[in-house]
Amino acid sequence: MSAVQNELRAFTEREYQYGFVTEIETDEVPRGLNEDVIRLISSKKNEPEWLLAWRLKAYRHWLTMAEPSWANVVHPPIDYQDIIYYSAPKPKGPGLKSLDEVDPEVRAMFNKLGISLAEQERLSGVAVDAIVDSVSVGTTFKDKLAAVGVIFCSFSEAVRDHPELVREYLGSVVPYSDNKHATLNSAVFTDGSFCYIPKGLRCPMELSTYFRINAADTGQFERTLIIADEGSYVSYLEGCTAPIRDKNQLHAAVVELVALKDAQIKYSTVQNWYPGDAEGRGGIFNFVTKRGKCAGANSKISWTQVETGSAITWKYPSVILQGDNSVGEFYSVALTANRQQADTGTKMIHIGKNTRSTILSKGISAGRGQNTYRGLVKILPGATGARNHTQCDSLLLGDQCGAHTFPYIEVKNPSARVEHEASTSKIGEDQLFYCRQRGIPAEDAVSMIVNGFCREVFKELPMEFAVEAQKLLSVSLEGCVG
Amino acid sequence: MSGAANAFLQGISRPESKANGDHPSWLNSLRRSAFEWVGAHGFPTGKDEAWKYTQVAPILEIPFAPAEPGARRALSPDEVIEIAGELGGPRLVFVNGYFVPELSALKSLPAGVKLGSLASAFTQEGEALESLLWRRFRERPQTFTALNAALGEDGAFIRIPAHTSVEEPIHLVFLSDAGATPLVSHPLSVVFAGAGSRVTIVETHAGIAGGIYLSNAVTEIVLDDGAVVEHYKIQNEAESAFHLAFMDVRQGRASRFSAHSVAVGAALARHEVKVALEAPEAQVVLNGLYLPRGRQLLDNPTTIEHAAPHCTSRELYKGVVDGHGRGIFDGRVVVQPGAMKTDASQTNKNLLLSTSAQAYTRPRLEIFADDVKCAHGAAVGQLDDEALYYLRTRGIPQQAARDLLTDAFTAEMLELIQVPPLRSRVRQMLATRFADCPSAGVPA
Repeated sequence: MSAVQNELRAFTEREYQYGFVTEIETDEVPRGLNEDVIRLISSKKNEPEWLLAWRLKAYRHWLTMAEPSWANVVHPPIDYQDIIYYSAPKPKGPGLKSLDEVDPEVRAMFNKLGISLAEQERLSGVAVDAIVDSVSVGTTFKDKLAAVGVIFCSFSEAVRDHPELVREYLGSVVPYSDNKHATLNSAVFTDGSFCYIPKGLRCPMELSTYFRINAADTGQFERTLIIADEGSYVSYLEGCTAPIRDKNQLHAAVVELVALKDAQIKYSTVQNWYPGDAEGRGGIFNFVTKRGKCAGANSKISWTQVETGSAITWKYPSVILQGDNSVGEFYSVALTANRQQADTGTKMIHIGKNTRSTILSKGISAGRGQNTYRGLVKILPGATGARNHTQCDSLLLGDQCGAHTFPYIEVKNPSARVEHEASTSKIGEDQLFYCRQRGIPAEDAVSMIVNGFCREVFKELPMEFAVEAQKLLSVSLEGCVG
Repeated sequence: MSGAANAFLQGISRPESKANGDHPSWLNSLRRSAFEWVGAHGFPTGKDEAWKYTQVAPILEIPFAPAEPGARRALSPDEVIEIAGELGGPRLVFVNGYFVPELSALKSLPAGVKLGSLASAFTQEGEALESLLWRRFRERPQTFTALNAALGEDGAFIRIPAHTSVEEPIHLVFLSDAGATPLVSHPLSVVFAGAGSRVTIVETHAGIAGGIYLSNAVTEIVLDDGAVVEHYKIQNEAESAFHLAFMDVRQGRASRFSAHSVAVGAALARHEVKVALEAPEAQVVLNGLYLPRGRQLLDNPTTIEHAAPHCTSRELYKGVVDGHGRGIFDGRVVVQPGAMKTDASQTNKNLLLSTSAQAYTRPRLEIFADDVKCAHGAAVGQLDDEALYYLRTRGIPQQAARDLLTDAFTAEMLELIQVPPLRSRVRQMLATRFADCPSAGVPA
């Protein structure tokens, strides 16, 4: 028992692998937040007047909002004036025409993380819109995608080149007044990804963004907008790593997905921000608003997430099922070790007829981690024949962690069928014993059992991510079982 | 606090009451601090998670006056039996929160068993009560438990000595008779079950002749080691009334507590149950059935706190929602650090009978220990089409088939009632309820 415990402890308390800082000259705006900072960000990005007006409207509303306190997480108050809201790597030379022009130091950093842009482009066939701090540094495969009509570019480029699309859909799923963090994002967002899939097209490759927080004390406020036009399909991958910092960093991103008639969007995330050290010092505050709207009939949005990083995760990828027969899915694995806290889950809002949703959430708590599932299934009066099935399971590794489940079910249509099941238990001693008896070391056995626990979610991930996710999980779990 | 809330508080507070002279000084100071607490904290709003679906604002708009002892029409014991049923055991009757001896029936009880009104217990028991009453308010005050502490003057007092069994159920009947003025009453029932004792308590809450009133009831039950207590609550208030109740239960080692709640009455009713499993091997069972119809809102928040190892909890709540009714279940199971070998399960099922019926369910688990087995499940749906079709192919009319299936859904809850006269009474209550309210929106 104690040998297992020790091995597991060593496993969980392992240092963060991706903790390094790349020295890049950065172009920053002054610390703090006020209307001048927002005007400065907007002017640095040469934004049109309407976008600045939208930002300011969000900022003025933000000033009136209280910090949300309902989440099951504990953290010191955030000093919004102590954050640098814009930080861009200074380009060496004007404009980036090709990947070769990307700052060599930036590229070296990606290489350290194991995603070489060049290699990605040549070998893996994945288009990467890599983001360091706030500005998109390079987008691969853009031309190839453009040839079939897909627009995949940084948010700033989209504002410049496709203002009509941005203007129509920006804030249409997550309004500027949605919640404190999303409103802050609306006021100060610096960059992000934009994607438009034209009618009837199945996007020929998986799109991907790699986020990374680099400069110290910079909050990162990304904004992603994906629009799948009628009958199209896209699979989008998002992954994150961040270097070690002593100070908590705020990450308040907004992701908006719009699926029109018969369209499908599959959005997968592997989140591995810096979780803080074993005593809970440092780490990222990941306060993200992700929401998709199945606007048209027969559309489908599927969220898959693997959350292993961040000191605090506050994230509820949701689907508004507006079109008749639309489908929403949410598959999640959330792991909290050391002193990590996660309050994550989903919202499924059924508006259209015969809308269906599936929620599958697997929470793993280890060390002193606190893991909360919070979900809402809401069936509105018009959602005749709506169907939801929710399953959330929690696995506890260690006697000081916590696992919590807060489902909210609101049904206003009698023909709807809603089911919720949840269970919480510790890792099976008999399973561990069985493995060890056959000569499998405790650590491998735990890793195997946990991977088995998460299997149903991993199988929803695109291939490359599934492999990465399994590795991440076993690495993050090192040391946790007793 | 809003103007309406202030006016409400002013309306229901009474000038330093005549009864105060008889009260021990600790009680007077508790009342004052409770009243001040409400003044300082105000009333819950939709922004309070625990009151998300149950709005008390409409209650605050009504000009309530405090209920007075004595102000009531003449009632005979037979009329009480007609309203509340005869269970064969001792019966304590309260009208507008005050004990009425002439309507009550105190039968001979085992030696040492104390059964009477709380007002008389204040004088008889004296200081001994100080640490025992309104513990819930003292530990974690809430607006309505605080109001009960501040303004409650009477209720039931039950003490069962160690190793004593009371065979017949003790029936507590709380009747409200509002008349023309909206009235508020604040009854408090306290039960102390000694080590190894055994008792069954039935609470019936009902209105005598309609009217608008608010019954703000608190029940406090303490089970010593090995005690076995069964508690039943039948809430059948007038359909224009408000019922806000809180039951606080504390369990000792290897004690067993079971509660069954049946809620059919009131415009708005909330029956909150909080059970603390404070010592190892305690067991608790919470069952509930709620049947909102018309524009009724029936809210059932429960909290089971596993504070010690090797405790077991089982919870089953079922709702049948008709008309524009709203049925709410909010179940919370907390497993404290160190409460190893906890075994908890929780189930909530809701049946929606009409197109405007609404069900809200929040089964929650908060777990801070690892060696536990906890599960919960919740479901919301309508009658099974295939089962309906099957019955109709056998020549059973639509409405009869629906009634049959609804009966089958509620039958499980009736079977769990262990007091035969009560079970048949509840069965009869449900039958008349379904008979005089055919489901809205049924196709011909």
